[in-house]
Amino acid sequence: MDWLWELIGQQAQAGCMAVQGGFVGLMGEGDAIAGNFCRLMAGAWLTVKLTLISLVIGFALAVPVALARLSRNPLLNWPAVAYTFYFRGTPLLVQLFLLYYGSGQFSPELRELGLWRGMFREAYFCALLTLTLNTAAYTAEILRGAMLGVPAGEVEAARAYGMSGVKLYRRIVFPKAMRIALPAYSNETVFLFQSTSLVSLVTLLDLMGVARDVISSTFRTFETLIFAGLVYLAISFLIFSIFKRVEQHLMRHLKGAGGGEGQSAAGGTKA
Amino acid sequence: MEYTRELFQGYQWVFWAGAEITLLVGLASLPIALVLGLLGAWSKLCSIGPLRGLAVVYTTVVRGVPELVLILLFYYGLTILLQDLIAFLAGSSEPVDLPRFLTGTMTLGLIYGAFATEVFRGAYLAVSRGQIEAASAFGMSPFLAFRRVILPQMWRFALPGLGNLWLVLIKATALVSVIQLPDLMYQTNVGRMATRAPFTFYFTASLIYLLITAVSLIAIRYAEQWASRGVVRKI
Repeated sequence: MDWLWELIGQQAQAGCMAVQGGFVGLMGEGDAIAGNFCRLMAGAWLTVKLTLISLVIGFALAVPVALARLSRNPLLNWPAVAYTFYFRGTPLLVQLFLLYYGSGQFSPELRELGLWRGMFREAYFCALLTLTLNTAAYTAEILRGAMLGVPAGEVEAARAYGMSGVKLYRRIVFPKAMRIALPAYSNETVFLFQSTSLVSLVTLLDLMGVARDVISSTFRTFETLIFAGLVYLAISFLIFSIFKRVEQHLMRHLKGAGGGEGQSAAGGTKA
Repeated sequence: MEYTRELFQGYQWVFWAGAEITLLVGLASLPIALVLGLLGAWSKLCSIGPLRGLAVVYTTVVRGVPELVLILLFYYGLTILLQDLIAFLAGSSEPVDLPRFLTGTMTLGLIYGAFATEVFRGAYLAVSRGQIEAASAFGMSPFLAFRRVILPQMWRFALPGLGNLWLVLIKATALVSVIQLPDLMYQTNVGRMATRAPFTFYFTASLIYLLITAVSLIAIRYAEQWASRGVVRKI
């Protein structure tokens, strides 16, 4: 697989250089955006990559947290409540600095455990870990609300059919909860995507990081920030439109059947 | 007392100084956001096409671009703009130093005004049509109807959204530290650099944010109860 990624990378870079050449020809040699187009796009790629990875791992983490949050066992419930309250109640920037700078206070211990080199020492690892833990907390709350929004009648019907435990959740609760959670989850995805811009403050060269770099070398603050803003805006729109597609796909069985079920889904999101 | 002095190596003052600025920034930008939100919601619901378009552009752009980009764009962009303007008018290049508190609160107010717009729009639409019709049947002017009938009911529908907005806003104030506004985040950085205890400092700062959130949550619950005091609870 590696050779494939390398090939794609090379092709992307070659294509990007060609586009950059075109822009430089169009805008002139000294233009801040045209001259740094490839670097900015590489930054945007890191932004997207950080979003995707933390989204996937965050979701995988959010499911057990949401279940623990719904559990009546205090040993499961309490840690989940504390975790979601902490990560939802403090700024992402503090969490990021806490992990990136704060881990330095325990560097001897972390080194001992083999968690320093290639892990807590690296800004990339800390940024990814922070984003993942943060989005997992928000997603867990969304999922919890959605699971509470699953109509009791459906769960009762499933139980009457003899379903219980994992099967009940896999066949009835999760599919229904996903539909209820989708609008809120699409918002959370866009928020996560935008908040990745904070990683530029711990030296990472994401879109924002490259933009700041370009500003400090060209002093073209306005153009560079507006360009970065437009790229963020475009990708935010892309994320929304993807979610709209997914939503239509998941709701396709409701077409023409009246708004009954659709209404209950919309009501569930508010809760 | 002795223990905290030892723990923070004499830098415990950063938390008091910082928390004060954080609260001030949050409390100052909230009214800006509310006013912009009401104006935005009114524009979105009014019959004047260009105004509606403007409101849609405002909410879409602000919600589609990261706060960090907007804060830097506002602060440095305005500085450069003023510098160029002065250079153009006076012919000399004076370094401009924008008031940080003012720029920071204005930017946050502008950003969260877009979110407040959506909250108020939803709340207005939630007030039943019959109420508005009844008000006009009583001969109330649109403004009087808004003040006496719509606004008091809108609050109830808007409060959960506004409470949420406040919680997000107070956390977003941490970003103004990038324009050197000495808020809790900025002061904590000062403490971190002066001592060798970054974890202690950031963890304490996070607990202060958590405390602000917790107190806000309680206040929001009381406000919601107060706003719905005239409503029969069904459950």
